[in-house]
Amino acid sequence: MAAAEARSDAGRAAPGRLLLIAAALLFLGLFLVLPLLAVFAQALAKGVGAYFIAIADPNAWASVKLTLTVAAIAVPFNLVFGVAAAWAIAKFDFRGKNTLITLIDLPFAVSPVIAGLIFILLFGSHGWFGGYLKVHHIRVVFAVPGIVLATIFVTFPFIARELIPVMQAQGKDDEETALSLGATGWQTFWRVTLPNIRWGLMYGVLLCNARAMGEFGAVSVVSGHIRGLTNTMPLHVEILYNEYNYTAAFAVASLLALLALLTLVGKSFLEWRQPELRHAVAPARDRTRREKT
Amino acid sequence: MARPAAVEINKPKPQRVLPGFGLTLGYTMVYLSLLVLIPLSAVFIRSLGLGWGHFWDVVTAPRVTASLRLSFGASLIAALINVVFGLIVAWVLVRYTFPFKRLIDAIVDLPFALPTAVAGIALTALYAPNGWLGMWLKPLGINVAFTPLGIVVALTFIGLPFVVRTLQPVLEDLDREVEQAAATLGASAAQAFVRVILPALWPALLTGFALAFARAVGEYGSVIFIAGNMPMKSEIAPLLIVTKLEQYDYAGATAIAVVMLVLSFALMFGINALQHWALSRHGGR
Repeated sequence: MAAAEARSDAGRAAPGRLLLIAAALLFLGLFLVLPLLAVFAQALAKGVGAYFIAIADPNAWASVKLTLTVAAIAVPFNLVFGVAAAWAIAKFDFRGKNTLITLIDLPFAVSPVIAGLIFILLFGSHGWFGGYLKVHHIRVVFAVPGIVLATIFVTFPFIARELIPVMQAQGKDDEETALSLGATGWQTFWRVTLPNIRWGLMYGVLLCNARAMGEFGAVSVVSGHIRGLTNTMPLHVEILYNEYNYTAAFAVASLLALLALLTLVGKSFLEWRQPELRHAVAPARDRTRREKT
Repeated sequence: MARPAAVEINKPKPQRVLPGFGLTLGYTMVYLSLLVLIPLSAVFIRSLGLGWGHFWDVVTAPRVTASLRLSFGASLIAALINVVFGLIVAWVLVRYTFPFKRLIDAIVDLPFALPTAVAGIALTALYAPNGWLGMWLKPLGINVAFTPLGIVVALTFIGLPFVVRTLQPVLEDLDREVEQAAATLGASAAQAFVRVILPALWPALLTGFALAFARAVGEYGSVIFIAGNMPMKSEIAPLLIVTKLEQYDYAGATAIAVVMLVLSFALMFGINALQHWALSRHGGR
């Protein structure tokens, strides 16, 4: 296979090939690598000392804590949902399955700003439940619960859409064998299904977490921007940037960029463990179609 | 993709041996309804309360139509740029070998992993008149930051992986014997590409385009820093929603949101149908 590849490569006109490689690298360099380098360059523009002072700021720390908290709530919620949805969709046949898969992907077609708006319409002071919440002194919008809800909405499909194709490819023979040997449903799930899907599960969690920690638009609408209380890291970056405090803004941004790089490393590792996980962008509907043909 | 469907053997299979169907499907439906369907329907129901006249006045206001035109227009241009360069990147990554290929392949996903606000301030720093790229473009009379051109740049960044990642598996599956046959029959490389490769790539190109476009239309974080945000000139529709919300104009924000949702859903539906048609036409070889 590799030899045939090399031969056909050699057979092709070399100048055209070099031109295409150069065009691809130039494009990726300009659009992807340069912005990434710019984050670190700007963060360290005033020296390492200024960088660490910016990161050690109490409001920066509060934003780090809030971001971690929100992700720690939102990701497990979507994880449980993803496993349940994938189990129902991959292991059973029922009517309306394709519609259900399309509906699960729906949040990806909704602007993050609109994702924030819908929770304002529901839980804001003029919202459907606004009166009830006010009477009972429960704050959802402009408080942490609203941020969590908006984050769950925008990261909703991530884990389900990774697990559905993985579970479909796995089939149900393993589970049926375990059951026929006398295992209970839960035992089958914990001992057979979960080990089978573990790489796909981690892949989904990784992508879901990256988006949950980095979400800006939806969270921005529901947060109220209360410094030290309802500012996640991306929102804190925005505030610092709008105050022309560029070094501090890029210092906090560099932490998020590091998170992105770690995510890419983890993603590459998981794709190396299980090559079928690659190309996870396509809608789950398309990928299940591909599995079938 | 192009393989004939496997023949289904209709052996009598035991009915639902596995447990948990009711539990998992029920949980899925409840969770989906509570967190996505009911909240999303709130936008549509609230907009009904506006009355048609008011709704029409809001969405046909010049500032609103300008922002919608900008959002959809800039997204269209960015998605087209991504189709061209995404195809080149995917082709190079699948077909050629060169140093650091694995690393470059991994970095394509950066826009998925990098928070949009970080991308926004980084691109602004690059393209500002004193930035690494802006300082070279300014003498040429090209201003990127704080113009609609900057919006296109940000949306291109956001959409790139969608096109590359949808094309890669199709390119990997592509039968090279067909190309070799075309070459043997005397086709030039360009002819082989247009006549043999491109038809097989259409459905994937459309999917990649649609995903990049849909993502770009709703994008907010990476755009607002580089856009300049001047009403009528460089103000995108999602930003106008935020502006109206900050002025407590919930009716206005809801009306714009409904227009955006309807346009996005209609577009996705249309492209889905087109893709279906392309698949049925070119899929079965």
